[in-house]
Amino acid sequence: MSQPKRITAPFDDATARSLRAGDSVLVTGTIIAARDAAHKRLVETLQRGEKLPVDLKGAVVYYVGPTPAKPGQPIGSAGPTTSGRMDAYTPTLLGQGLKGMIGKGYRKPEVVEAMKKYGVPYLAAVGGVGALIARSIKKYTVLAYEELGPEAVAAMEVVDFPAIVVIDSKGNDYYTQGQAPYQEI
Amino acid sequence: MREITSKAITKAVAELAIKANCILPDDVYGCFKKALEAEPSSVGKDVLGQLMENADIARKETMPICQDTGLAVVFVELGQEVHISGGDFEAAIHEGVRRGYVDGYLRKSAVAEPLFERKNTKDNTPAIIHIRIVPGDALRLRLAPKGAGSENKGVLKMLVPADGIEGMKKVVIEAVKAAGPNSCPPMVVGVGIGGNMEIACLCAKRACARDIESKNSDPRYAALEEELLGLVNKTGIGPAGLGGKTTAIKVNVEWYPTHIACLPVAVNINCNAARHAEVIL
Repeated sequence: MSQPKRITAPFDDATARSLRAGDSVLVTGTIIAARDAAHKRLVETLQRGEKLPVDLKGAVVYYVGPTPAKPGQPIGSAGPTTSGRMDAYTPTLLGQGLKGMIGKGYRKPEVVEAMKKYGVPYLAAVGGVGALIARSIKKYTVLAYEELGPEAVAAMEVVDFPAIVVIDSKGNDYYTQGQAPYQEI
Repeated sequence: MREITSKAITKAVAELAIKANCILPDDVYGCFKKALEAEPSSVGKDVLGQLMENADIARKETMPICQDTGLAVVFVELGQEVHISGGDFEAAIHEGVRRGYVDGYLRKSAVAEPLFERKNTKDNTPAIIHIRIVPGDALRLRLAPKGAGSENKGVLKMLVPADGIEGMKKVVIEAVKAAGPNSCPPMVVGVGIGGNMEIACLCAKRACARDIESKNSDPRYAALEEELLGLVNKTGIGPAGLGGKTTAIKVNVEWYPTHIACLPVAVNINCNAARHAEVIL
């Protein structure tokens, strides 16, 4: 594997556009945890013409629903969930200034088109390594929708959070590129 | 007649929930180790190494292997000579799941109703319970937490006899390709063949939860398991879907007699956290 790039979240435009499909990265800074129910609520809030409870400008969203923290720990297991379930809401949130996404799995073509339009990369963390990933999460603070439990919107302070760029802001797709040499059927 | 108390069942289920979620079975771990040696992709090797490191941390710290601690699927084999005393049998299992998930810091991922409110039950109940009444005076409980990333990629096709073996293989390969990185490969693929609609799905689920080292007792189906594994690993999906030759670590097949006009094929995919724990009371 290539040497990982160290990047800081939230993303500025230059960082977002500099990432290339296949790049290994270590993310440090603040990322926003949000998944299914939170995405639905965020988009419904915008549809009602109301203000979002979190500022998405430059934000990097992490699709995650962690296990509860044990006493004295910041968080429990916290690996990525399947990003595709957020596809219906993603173009709307990209329009609000969202600058990066971390999850796992394929995205719909309309999401990739919106990523190209707004210059946003999509990163994958390894699904199934929630205990390992938790070590890079130093603080977990609920920002909104606390009643959703593991689906609440939260700020996560991360240090060297490991991810790989799977779709870059130009639409290059590392899932396709990485699988091609091994695809026999 | 042997008596088993509902209290003992609750305690056993609570322990199984924590064990299954935090301790990856040795045979699954062994598969990662073997795959790490054989995998030609450097990214794939890195992912397999991370899976092993993750399992080590989870075991050492009694921490969930994966944050999706799933719905708790409980397979029950209840000996017909057993008398359950002290309370409702299924309620005892649900209570065990509640205690295990609450006391074990596991994630509560159950919603009370699927369509309108989708309100979290906050204790991961109800469990999904499958019961078989069998000869004997023992109670076997097998708990297999099942996450949604892989569960959502399940497939049922009501094939007809003319579709045959090739049609069946196509269903499996297409399901794996559609699942790709979403189901957290390397996966365990459970295939259910025959029966009717619901039995095919149940066979696939049982296949998914079988030990990795097990084989179908019918040599023809055991050979089919090997052949399907070979095919699945030619899709190129690889560990985490980032490319490679380790797309699955095992394909398990279970089957049931069927109708003269039917060939149901169900595919239930399990993620790399192929978790299960068992106890016999």
